Amino acid sequence: MTLNASLRVSRAGFSLQLDLTLEPGEVVALLGPNGAGKTTALRALAGLIDSSSHITHNGSTWDGLPAEKRPIGVVFQDYLLFANMTALDNVAFGLRARGTRKAEANALALERLEQVGLADFAKAKPRTLSGGQAQRVALARALATSPVLLLLDEPLAALDASTRLRVRSELGRHLQNYPGHTLLVTHDPLDAMVLADRIMIIEDGRLVQQGTPRDVVRQPRTDYVAHLVGLNFYRGTAHDTEVRLDEGGTLTIAEPAQGPVHVVFPPSAVSLFPERPAGSPRNTWQAVVSGIEQHAHTTRVELDGNPPVLADVTTATVAELRLQPGDALWVSLKATEIHTYPR
Amino acid sequence: MRSRLPVVLVLPAVVGLAFLLVPLAGLLIKAPWATLPAQLFSTEVGQALRLSLICASLATVVCVVLGVPLAWLLARSDLPGRGVLRALVTVPLVLPPVVGGVALLLVLGRRGVLGQHLDQWFGISLPFTTAGVVLAEAFVAMPFLVISVEGALRAADPRFEEAAATLGASRWLTFRRVTLPSVMPGVVAGTVLCWARALGEFGATITFAGNFPGRTTTMPLAVYLALETDPDAAIVLSIVLLLVSVAVLAGLRDKWISGPS
Repeated sequence: MTLNASLRVSRAGFSLQLDLTLEPGEVVALLGPNGAGKTTALRALAGLIDSSSHITHNGSTWDGLPAEKRPIGVVFQDYLLFANMTALDNVAFGLRARGTRKAEANALALERLEQVGLADFAKAKPRTLSGGQAQRVALARALATSPVLLLLDEPLAALDASTRLRVRSELGRHLQNYPGHTLLVTHDPLDAMVLADRIMIIEDGRLVQQGTPRDVVRQPRTDYVAHLVGLNFYRGTAHDTEVRLDEGGTLTIAEPAQGPVHVVFPPSAVSLFPERPAGSPRNTWQAVVSGIEQHAHTTRVELDGNPPVLADVTTATVAELRLQPGDALWVSLKATEIHTYPR
Repeated sequence: MRSRLPVVLVLPAVVGLAFLLVPLAGLLIKAPWATLPAQLFSTEVGQALRLSLICASLATVVCVVLGVPLAWLLARSDLPGRGVLRALVTVPLVLPPVVGGVALLLVLGRRGVLGQHLDQWFGISLPFTTAGVVLAEAFVAMPFLVISVEGALRAADPRFEEAAATLGASRWLTFRRVTLPSVMPGVVAGTVLCWARALGEFGATITFAGNFPGRTTTMPLAVYLALETDPDAAIVLSIVLLLVSVAVLAGLRDKWISGPS
């Protein structure tokens, strides 16, 4: 029972055109930069905005149905738990709204809270819950009515880094067990990689790439995706083991290829030298340091050259080379580290 | 340390403060404390007091029942001309109450636009009745409630209503279970303010409902009348109204008096 959606939203200066196919049990992540239309897509699916979208599931259409008539559950970014109700009442709210009798609704709601490990907090008011607990109540509330479509809007964005790690893995477990269709909206690539079976990347309201997390990580198709997964990314034209890059420069590759290709390699594959390195079949070119950024255990160096490149070097190398913006260096890259795939 | 406060500011400020407070103090100084309990339970005063409390409370009920939905409509709907409507709703706030009374007479009076039909068809005549008092008070007091509740609604996050909708709640259920509880402080403040305004209503009441002891003579009217015949009774009634005002302010202390902190 596939859910098909053809989302069409247009408003001043922005239009969204996105076709979605969600399989039961599948978790699809909608990933994109701010303003790409992720949340708009979610709201169109939920029926929270007027749009000329078409959504069908199991032979019935959702077109024209307001949100309260759609079989959906939504986990909002900041959860939006009702402050005047207990956790249990929050979870039971959807069941009550859909006509379940109070005793039965409460029993089912308690069961849902148990599933997320919060049965002890049934009588707690939302403001007394921690961020992670509130997120779990929000999930229990969204799942309480056994919706056909579960929508998650940046479900982890409101959590601090340490909580996020734990809640993410818990959420992943719950999503695995959920038999319906799940769409997760996020700007955090890690959320998408860990939680989703398939990632759809949108920019400016259009799909630019989709695939399994593995595909997306290995073969980015836009600068945005390459930046997300932290790869150097170029377009070029291959002729055997030589790729002429669109933006200038030539790279030697190990695996022969032909025609228009994408070229990627990790910044950690790039080495920097004060002098031209001698010997070995390597790509070497001159570049000027334009930026230095400290990451957890490495230093990312941004270099202007032909082509421009990102390099991850150790702190020791930074000290040794006394790296400063404006320094001219030699960039070296093994042909075997470069990965190409057709455009 | 800043230099001394400038006299040009301090002097008018002190005069202004005295101007506001001295009359109130005068009320307390001139009060017939010895006979006050007796006055309070005298027929005329008691009657006016009871009538005032009943009419103000009924008017407040009318205002809540009609005003809260009106506030919701102004705050949440995408009605065309909502800004104009909002402005119109606040007209009774600045309109001299006596004009409001005249307007009510023209519409609901025995020969009024609606009043003549009410009279002919149902035999209902509102002017110069206790019901008329309630109407006059509600007319003047409702904007206080509407503005207060509308402000609270506009400050409340509408995404909670969206969350309720995604859970299958109709707009009515959402309003009852989600929206209303979240704006309750605004509703309470508006209700108290509305009640206080209704209790003090004079102009519209005397114009539309006249002055019939036991039926339409509320406390403000009684104060005005008693001033001629029985000044002590006027003072006692005034003190009661003053106490009510102070109590209302104390009750709304957190919302209105403390200001931005």
